Amino acid sequence: MHIVVCCKQVPEIAGIKVAPDGSGVLPPPGGGMVNPFDVYAIEEGVRIKEKTSGKLSVISSGGPTGEAGLREALALGADEAYLLSDPLFLTADPLRTALVLAAGIKKIGAFDLVLCGKQAVDDDSSAVPAALAQNLELPQVIFVKKFEELQPKMAKVFRMTDDGYEVVETSLPAVVGVVKEINEPRLPSLKGKMRAKSAKVTTWSAADLELDAQALNPSGFGYKVEQFYPPPPRPKGEMLTGTPEEIAEKLFQKLRQAQVI
Amino acid sequence: MDFELNEQQLLMRDSAREFAQKRLAPFAREWDEAEEMPKELLKEMAELGYFGMLLPEEFGGLGLDPLSYILALEEISKANASVEITLSVHNSLACQAIVKYGTEEQKKKYLPRMAKGELLGAYSLSEPDAGTDAGGLKSTAVKKGDKYIVNGTKNWVTNAAYAGIFVTFVKTRPELGREGISALLMERNTKGLAVGEKERKMGLKCSDTREIFFSDAEVPAGNLLGQEGQGLKIAFSLLNIGRVGVGAQALGIAEAAFDEALKYSRQRVAFGVPIANFQATQFKLADMSTKIEAARLLVYKAALLCEDGENAAGEVSMAKVFASEAANWVTNEAVQIHGGYGYVKEYAVERYFRDARVTEIYEGTSEAQKIVISRSILKKS
Ligand SMILES: Cc1cc2nc3c(=O)[nH]c(=O)nc-3n(C[C@H](O)[C@H](O)[C@H](O)COP(=O)(O)OP(=O)(O)OC[C@H]3O[C@@H](n4cnc5c(N)ncnc54)[C@H](O)[C@@H]3O)c2cc1C
Repeated sequence: MHIVVCCKQVPEIAGIKVAPDGSGVLPPPGGGMVNPFDVYAIEEGVRIKEKTSGKLSVISSGGPTGEAGLREALALGADEAYLLSDPLFLTADPLRTALVLAAGIKKIGAFDLVLCGKQAVDDDSSAVPAALAQNLELPQVIFVKKFEELQPKMAKVFRMTDDGYEVVETSLPAVVGVVKEINEPRLPSLKGKMRAKSAKVTTWSAADLELDAQALNPSGFGYKVEQFYPPPPRPKGEMLTGTPEEIAEKLFQKLRQAQVI
Repeated sequence: MDFELNEQQLLMRDSAREFAQKRLAPFAREWDEAEEMPKELLKEMAELGYFGMLLPEEFGGLGLDPLSYILALEEISKANASVEITLSVHNSLACQAIVKYGTEEQKKKYLPRMAKGELLGAYSLSEPDAGTDAGGLKSTAVKKGDKYIVNGTKNWVTNAAYAGIFVTFVKTRPELGREGISALLMERNTKGLAVGEKERKMGLKCSDTREIFFSDAEVPAGNLLGQEGQGLKIAFSLLNIGRVGVGAQALGIAEAAFDEALKYSRQRVAFGVPIANFQATQFKLADMSTKIEAARLLVYKAALLCEDGENAAGEVSMAKVFASEAANWVTNEAVQIHGGYGYVKEYAVERYFRDARVTEIYEGTSEAQKIVISRSILKKS
């Protein structure tokens, strides 16, 4: 089975700040990290590859920083890595990203399954997997927590919902977005790391994918960010004072008022 | 002089740091109290490649240069010094024994499984009545046909609980004294080999240390390592990279203790200010980091010298004695900076203080290192 995993390099989330004018986010300095949800997709890809004696390709779109993440995937067990890197690809628009990824995946060749993380932690749009499926004209199942059955042309998966899970059967190839409940990612082996350091990462530009400024024209996608703003700060806690008995009484009244008890 | 680490060295340091901080550091106290590390940990380290760090690639190892290896050990020790010595004894002493002195047949038989961590190694030189004076060991091996019949008692055997192979030093010709010592590869299931109870130690509590006993233990003659009579030379030559490993262990413990002390000195308020504002605390921190830096340079240099060969014993001992004394000094000061809180288990410095102690004792006491250093000075001049 040939699995393709999409992975995105995101800024270290702890250091992200919203730009004062609300036009976007200001990433902290540094190379960033692999989107944590994609790590589960990579791990699932490696497991399926091992189980089916298959092949695992990883693909990332954006700037050159994506290479670090691809090398991490190679260290974890991916066989081939593709970096889609072009100034035209630098976009926060998930629809454009999906178009680029679809073009890259088609160029890789025949595949059986595309895995993604359920969302990226920098913009949290969660739109790429579905848009990617549309571009590839494939079925999509997102929020998957388990592969119950996997056959050459069919997969049965458990898909998380707000109050339980659904069992979904899909034909393959398909695009599957995974949640963190799906597995416990391994750490890369030392050998894997050493191998990944010198492994080949194929880089494709817009021209290689036969995409141009016209095809990637931002206004063509109908996606517009109005404003970024940080969530409101948490209200300050309230200190209760008095003897322990008084504090307990006050706390009891407050919890009752709040209808917690 | 070049103080830059190369790509492989950085890669090993960073990989080991990630592993150690994720998989070891959060559990250090729990395992210390349980006096045991989980079996699954050994399995995971095996899968990740930590048992084949120094082994050549043809046997499934990583074929690392000594400094890359030492950097990894330092990171592991920062998180858990017990895990460090488990790896160090296997990689530096047991695996290297076979790499350096094994026959092709012995290498093929043991090394691939040792690289995979299926077969863990131990190194058994010390005896109840022979530690520093290793030449005075009493265990004997008498050749009978195609076997050695081994009798005696060994103690302080690190990894004894899980080792599959013991590199064991015995007297094949007791009448020759130190010259009559030989090295044998003893498999765990050797008839007549018994493993004793776990030692209850002051520190390094989750590393395993036991006595082993031989009563007419039968070892195939083909398991002789090197030549008869070469035993002590083999034992000491292995201790080179082993001692740099203990230096790295000491360095890691000292760094961890320093980090905790620095953090605490900024948080703890006395007389209305953080204690880091007192010059007395600042000077402690200055001395601690100076000693750590000096230890680091000695340890790294000794590792580089190990790559070149055998003549580094003096520098190796300097690194070992300095780093281990620094670790004891630094962990003591780290406890002091913590005041009473440094004396209880809620704070990691209590463990670092206990763990550091043995680095001045095993793989040669500080006094033994000074014998080696002075010998190498007097020989040179
Ligand atoms: C936790 C732990 C793990 C260990 N693991 C191993 C292992 O895996 N394999 C192994 O073989 N051994 C191991 N050892 C043993 C260790 O190497 C010895 O304890 C060490 O070499 C000291 O020997 P000893 O305990 O017999 O002390 P002794 O040799 O009796 O020394 C006692 C004191 O006398 C001093 N002294 C001795 N001779 C001289 C001299 N000539 N000049 C000046 N001072 C001297 C020593 O420095 C020391 O201070 C381990 C020990 C411990 C505690």
